[in-house]
Amino acid sequence: MIATARDPRVEYVMRLGDNALVLAQRLCAWIAHAPVMEEDVALANVSLDLFGQARLWLGYAGELEGAGRDEDHFAFHRAASGFRNVLLVERPNGDFAATTVRGYFFDLWSYLALGELARSRDERIAAIAGKTRKETAYHLRRSEDWLIRLGDGTPESHARTQHAVNDLWRYTGEPFLRDEIDAAMLDAGVGFDPATLLDPWNERVRSAFSAATLAIPSDPWMQRGGKSGLHTEQLSYLLAEMQALPRSMPEAAW
Amino acid sequence: MKKKHEWPQWEVFVRSEAGLAHKHVGSLHAADARMALENARDVYTRRNEGVSIWVVKSDDVYATDPSESEEFFDPSEGKSYRYPTYYHVPEGVKHL
Repeated sequence: MIATARDPRVEYVMRLGDNALVLAQRLCAWIAHAPVMEEDVALANVSLDLFGQARLWLGYAGELEGAGRDEDHFAFHRAASGFRNVLLVERPNGDFAATTVRGYFFDLWSYLALGELARSRDERIAAIAGKTRKETAYHLRRSEDWLIRLGDGTPESHARTQHAVNDLWRYTGEPFLRDEIDAAMLDAGVGFDPATLLDPWNERVRSAFSAATLAIPSDPWMQRGGKSGLHTEQLSYLLAEMQALPRSMPEAAW
Repeated sequence: MKKKHEWPQWEVFVRSEAGLAHKHVGSLHAADARMALENARDVYTRRNEGVSIWVVKSDDVYATDPSESEEFFDPSEGKSYRYPTYYHVPEGVKHL
């Protein structure tokens, strides 16, 4: 299926790919730094799963765009303003609690979103969503387990996890905001209405937080911008590291 | 010697496909059985090695003592009559 240059589907699929790509890059920074060896391998697995998801989405975005850009071009030759990921996934790793909370918030959204996308009228999107939802279910299981262990753990782990929640909560609104791209995709039967995921997301968060003895922050203010290319400065540092090699040696191959 | 805050060690057994027995593949550390299964999944089945995992606390595994090997294992040497091939099947015997 080839789309016109202004096809909102390119933008839509790019958002999905960028969410996975940026979080994958964040998580791979844990390798050799995780609290225990088993967790090191587990975080690397999640990271690799997400890199795989990013390749599928960005590869398809390139095909839809039809301008000769492939997944590597999207990953390595766009500036921060060209990225369409939600702000949540570009937040720095922080401590293990912050990585866990960020992962949980995203995994739960992603799991719900992929469930919707698996019913997309766009067969390719439906196929990618169907395939990646299984591994995402496992990511969610892990991050939820850790959220509960840390929240309901020692006084220190509880305090660190609550701190991470307070810090990251303001980034949990953006994935559920509907803009013109979402509306166009909803109309075309390709996408879903992100606002409809908010209730199931909140419901599961409430139940997990209750088990984790964590409090949901009361401040309703939500940060936004990533979906339209307005990012926090932390994304630029992430990209500087991720893109350094292909940008300084464009012909490099392996 | 066990450190105070160290997670217990678990032995991991993986069944590679339906019908085969679970086989010991290694060990890992985890706080409880659920985490042990998840860690086993991530450490030992990431290349599609398994369809089922067992984990057992290493403390719950009782092993033979190497110093008792002589009495445990040596006596089974040279007892060829314990193999079915030791016996000749008389001609005419059916359904064997």
